[in-house]
Amino acid sequence: MSAQDGSQLEREPAETEAEAAMSAEFEQPRTLREYIGRWWTQIRAGNSGVLPVVLGVILIGIIFQTQNTKFLSAGNVINLLVQGAVFMLIGMGEVFILLLGEIDLSLGFVAGIGAVVVTELVQPGWGWPWFGAIFAALVVTGAIGAFQGTLITRLRLPSFVVTLAGLLGWQGVMILLLGEGGTIPIRNNVVNAIANGTLTRSGSWLLVVGVVLVFAILQIVQDGRRRASGLSAPRRFMTYLQILVAAIAGVGLVLISNVDRGVGRFQLSGMPIVLPVVFGVLVLWSFLLGRTRFGRYIYAIGGNAEAARRAGINLSLIRTAAFTLGALSAGLGGIVYASRLRSISTSFDGGTIVLYVVATAVIGGTSLFGGRGHPLHAVLGGIVIAAIVNGMSLLGLSAAVQLISTAIVLLASIMVDVVVRRRGQTAH
Amino acid sequence: MTTSTARSRSSGTEPLLRVRGVKKSFGRVDALVGVDLDVPAAQVTALVGDNGAGKSVLVKTIAGIHEPDAGEIYFEGERVHIHGPRDSARLGIEVVYQDLALCDNLDVVQNMFLGRESLSHGLLDEDSMERAARETLESLRVRTVRSVRLNVENLSGGQRQSVAVAKAVMWNSKLVILDEPTAALGVAQTRQVLDLVRQLADRGLAVIMISHNLNDVFEVADRLAVLRLGEMVGQGPASEFDTQRAVELMTTGRYSGSPNGSDPAARKEG
Repeated sequence: MSAQDGSQLEREPAETEAEAAMSAEFEQPRTLREYIGRWWTQIRAGNSGVLPVVLGVILIGIIFQTQNTKFLSAGNVINLLVQGAVFMLIGMGEVFILLLGEIDLSLGFVAGIGAVVVTELVQPGWGWPWFGAIFAALVVTGAIGAFQGTLITRLRLPSFVVTLAGLLGWQGVMILLLGEGGTIPIRNNVVNAIANGTLTRSGSWLLVVGVVLVFAILQIVQDGRRRASGLSAPRRFMTYLQILVAAIAGVGLVLISNVDRGVGRFQLSGMPIVLPVVFGVLVLWSFLLGRTRFGRYIYAIGGNAEAARRAGINLSLIRTAAFTLGALSAGLGGIVYASRLRSISTSFDGGTIVLYVVATAVIGGTSLFGGRGHPLHAVLGGIVIAAIVNGMSLLGLSAAVQLISTAIVLLASIMVDVVVRRRGQTAH
Repeated sequence: MTTSTARSRSSGTEPLLRVRGVKKSFGRVDALVGVDLDVPAAQVTALVGDNGAGKSVLVKTIAGIHEPDAGEIYFEGERVHIHGPRDSARLGIEVVYQDLALCDNLDVVQNMFLGRESLSHGLLDEDSMERAARETLESLRVRTVRSVRLNVENLSGGQRQSVAVAKAVMWNSKLVILDEPTAALGVAQTRQVLDLVRQLADRGLAVIMISHNLNDVFEVADRLAVLRLGEMVGQGPASEFDTQRAVELMTTGRYSGSPNGSDPAARKEG
């Protein structure tokens, strides 16, 4: 409650930039050139979106490809995507929590618990069917998230400490569950197929064509309806351009997947099943965050928790639900991890994984300060992390170089995040 | 009962909000010592006073954030008990706090509908929300906010204030309370916000505006209410005040221009 008349002076200069951004936004651009112009204005105003990470992926691709022409071979690209899938899945879980401005350090070992539950339940002793075991693993990991979320929201404990305890404790539980032997193989073909199986070639085509068609129809209907009622919507050619890009990406992915990447006489082609799994989770979580009240409130809490509280939003409920969904996504990531190795063992390093997962989300463009982020960021960041790890080992570089390079990429991303934030803040 | 004559746009009968003898203490600190306040519809009532005069406490009591220790509040002629922000919102009382309570990372539409999103088939109905947000902004003649799909962080201070006010009037509110709406704004932006405040009253809403800036107050207010140390020391049509009288009331609680130190406008309230 202090009205200093002098304070008005320092507010003035920032307005011009903001208003420039506004008028650029107000007029729906007509031509591609205008779209690019507006995009550039947006980037300059601090809304760079996924541009940095996409540029990063391209840059990494060029660097490794010039060093080793195998890097962008069909087989290696698919291999890389599968390698990244675990980070992507757990990372999409971490995004929920980062959006709140919190952090979950336990997700690595929560993923481990998910892996152990599935592995144990499909053992001959229990003999659960694969779907039952996966369902149980997701329930268990979701319950862990709900438990930690409750401690954090109801008792107002810092998420850093509660999930740090989780990082230690769930590793202990994992070791207890795995028992003396330390390694348990997965005796279920369906579970092993999640990360190792592929669709048939025609199946890959069918899936991608179907997805692109559904996307195209939804996009045309929605944009058309919004245009008709005079709401802000992209021009018709932009809608078609988006669909075209999606179609090219989909077709490209199938073409790459369907190249024989087998070794010698052993043939292997078709899209790995884990890719549609990751895509499905991406669509589901994007939908939840973008189209439901729950998602809107997660962003609101991350942006301004006090404003959300005054708007009558039940903060504890939303926060706990976010921790639950985060842990559940991690559980799925753990299942994919175990599936890829066809086993789970006490050497599972959930501590390193969770740090990579946070890096994954941040590299993709999700802010550690809350309110800014998207599951897509975890997928893109997962590609970056997997590309670095994969490319380095392809070049025969040591673990030391890998770690240092990852560190540099991470630092570069957090710099982008902070600079973006600062630019956004100058405007008011 | 005050019947405000000057610049009155209402029928001049029962004020929308009547506060009578409200007391509020925090421990040994008496924040409000029996405050009376009348807020008629279709008028801007400026609530002025020095720091610590109790402006915020009074407003928070009306908004249901504080419960009064004693006294009565009448809304539309009926005695009401406001136990929380939900109660006040149900009556049609909206408060725009100084910090505006906007989410920077959400756009204008998303902020205006925060906590009250319209749904269709269980999903956010962006189309209808965008339409309603635009209509509200247009009806308030807010032309500075030209794209409702821009994140609030990209708006200037005046635009943010306009969004916060528009958010408050969207919900059939009858009384809008503005806490220092022009603090920290530039000249042009202050102009915009004051125009907006005037718009609200012209639409028939009752407006309480807390302000330190007497220039702003005299520019836009129909009525003045002067608080000093938790006491209402003067209240009445803005035409009965001038800057000097307002300042004297704020600082000393008395107006030397009137005999025996008492203030006619304050006494009229009974």
